[in-house]
Order: sequence, then structure tokens, then C-alpha cells
Amino acid sequence: MMSLYSPGETALHRLPAGTKLLGLVLAGTSLFFVADIVVLSGALILVCGAYLVANMTVKTLFAQLRPILWIVLILFVAQAFINGWQAGLVVVLRLMNLILLAALITLTTRVSEMTDTLEWAIQPLGWVGVDPRKISLVISMAIRFIPLISQITAEVREAQRARGIEKSIVALAIPVVIRTLKMADDIADAMEARGFDADPR
Amino acid sequence: MRTKDLVYVALFAAVTAALGLFPPIAVPVLAVPITAQSLGPMLAGAILGAKRGALAIALLLILVAIGLPLLSGGRGGFGVFLGPSGGFLVGWVLAAFVTGWLFERSWSTLTYWTGAIYTFLGGVVALYTLGIGWLAVAANLSLFQAAAGSVAFIPGDIVKVLIATTVALAVKRSYPIIEERSDG
Repeated sequence: MMSLYSPGETALHRLPAGTKLLGLVLAGTSLFFVADIVVLSGALILVCGAYLVANMTVKTLFAQLRPILWIVLILFVAQAFINGWQAGLVVVLRLMNLILLAALITLTTRVSEMTDTLEWAIQPLGWVGVDPRKISLVISMAIRFIPLISQITAEVREAQRARGIEKSIVALAIPVVIRTLKMADDIADAMEARGFDADPR
Repeated sequence: MRTKDLVYVALFAAVTAALGLFPPIAVPVLAVPITAQSLGPMLAGAILGAKRGALAIALLLILVAIGLPLLSGGRGGFGVFLGPSGGFLVGWVLAAFVTGWLFERSWSTLTYWTGAIYTFLGGVVALYTLGIGWLAVAANLSLFQAAAGSVAFIPGDIVKVLIATTVALAVKRSYPIIEERSDG
């Protein structure tokens, strides 16, 4: 399974995931209270500097912005018409700061480290009956299921093509969902047969 | 939760992720591409019910947040939640919950059209309420402007409501997961 992580040994890569996430929450919250173009531009320069510190290329930086490029442009035009270009610039700068910061954390933190941090962060939920180990279990199961579902979909599609049914998402989805549900039941039975207990008392 | 419920939750997180692998369909009349992925929350709610459906979608969002590129177009990471359309992602959990809750309530008397109305209430009304609210805050727009910017997606979502209802009712007939509530 591919992840968005970009390997490296920089200070930002080594920083604990929890610290980075806390930083993001604090920065993200304060950004919403800033409406000054100079301050927001300064923040953007700092964020771009952080990409250099993390050894990212300019290409990587722009790749983070590409998915929101059109939304940002449309927002800018809409804001410029309604509230003037300054308001448009504030919204665009704020969004770019947020997206780039968040993406930087994703780029510099391993999925395994994120999972560990998540498991640690949700420990207090144990008091209200949520078992953190179950969360790790369902995370690993879901990641494992994605290629399985693609495989089942390919099999069903092939079987239907052989019978001349093609290009109907409904005709494809129904057998896929039923087959994967049956698979889920078998997996649950197998887990319990091996002594897994979802509600240990 | 039973072992089965845990596996169902993981399964529908994965189903929704797999739906993101389908290439978006560009419809000439509409300005926006239709992605298959938002079928996921509707199906999760309508097939698994409120609690398990909402948990399945929440699990998918956790996977996305920890850096897996599971959203359509290979998007993922923390940034997608902070973007202008982040509310629609969090809204998926609500969509699955509302759809599932309505399906559970009338499980034994469900017809195609009531099912479609319930899926619409969850997958469109509840989803857009949260999504539009978030867009208005994140992009500094009024609620009306944010809503106006989102209507282009509604025709595609109505098509998805009809598809999800057909699939959910077919699954209900041959492999029902939501059991009829005894107090219903």
C-alpha cells in the first residue's frame, strides 16, 4: 500500500508525530483569527521555508497545492467580487498556509508512527469503553481489505463480461457487496475460532 | 461490539476507499465531475445501520488523516480536512449515521421510494448542511453563497442516492445485516 510519506532524515522527520500534530492544531486555530495580508504572507514564507528544512523540492510543494488550485481560484474570484480583492487574498493565503502545513506533516511522518500516536492519543477513551487495541485492529484490517475488494470486483466483472453484462455499476456492486459481506462473516468466525474476543470481561 | 461488527466496520471503510479508485465520470452538462466515492457513506449507513455505518466512515477518515491516499484522485493526509471542502468529508460520517438510523427505524416496511428518501436525507441533506456550513466558515462566505457554490454537485448525488438505494435493498433481500428491532 502506497502512502504519502516522503522518507528523509531531517529535523522535521525526526520530530515526534504528536508534537507536529499539536503544532498544526495551534497554527491552524491561530490562522483563523488572523486577517492581515502581511502576517499571512509572512506565515506562508515561513511554511515554505519549513519545506526547505524538510528537504522537499519546489515540485513537491506545488504538488500539494494542485488538488485545491481550482477551488482556491474560484474562491478568490468570488471573494474579490463580493468583498474586494483584499478579502479574497486573505482567504486564499489562509487556505494555502493550512494545506501546506498539514501536507508537510503527512510528508514527514510515517503511517506507522501516526497509528502509534493515534493509539496513544485515544487511550483516555478506554474510560468510556473504547478499546484502543480494537482501533489498531480495524485499521490493519481495512488496509488489508482494500486490495481484496479490488480483486473480488475484478473477478465479478470478468464473470459478468463472460455473460455479456457490462457497464452497469448496480449489477456490479450488488454481487461485490454480498460477496465481501460473506467474506467478512467468514473472517469474524475464523478470528473467534482462534480465540479472539471482541468484548473481554 | 461483536467480532463481526468490527470486521463489517473495517470492510465498509475499505469499500469506500475502493470506490475512490473508480475514475471520476465527467458529465458534459454539469461543471463538476461525479466520483463514485460518496456512494460509500450511503451504502455503509443503508447496509450496516447508524452506528456501524458511521464508524466505518470515521475509520476511513482516520486512514486518510494518517497519510494514506485513499480519497478519489489519490488525495489524503491532514490537509484535505482543512481545505474548503473538509466539511463534506466529516459530513460523510453524519450522512452514514442519518441514513442508517432512518433505515433501522423502518427496516421491515422499507420500500424503494422510502429507502431513496432516507438515503437522500442522510446522503444529501445532512451531508450538505455540514459541508456548506464548513465551506462558509473556511472560505469566509455567507451561507447562501456557500450553498450556491455547492448546488452543482447535487444532481450527481441524486443519481448516487438512486444507485445506493437499489444496491442496499438488493443486499437487504439476500443478505440482510440490520436486524429488525424488537421494540420497533
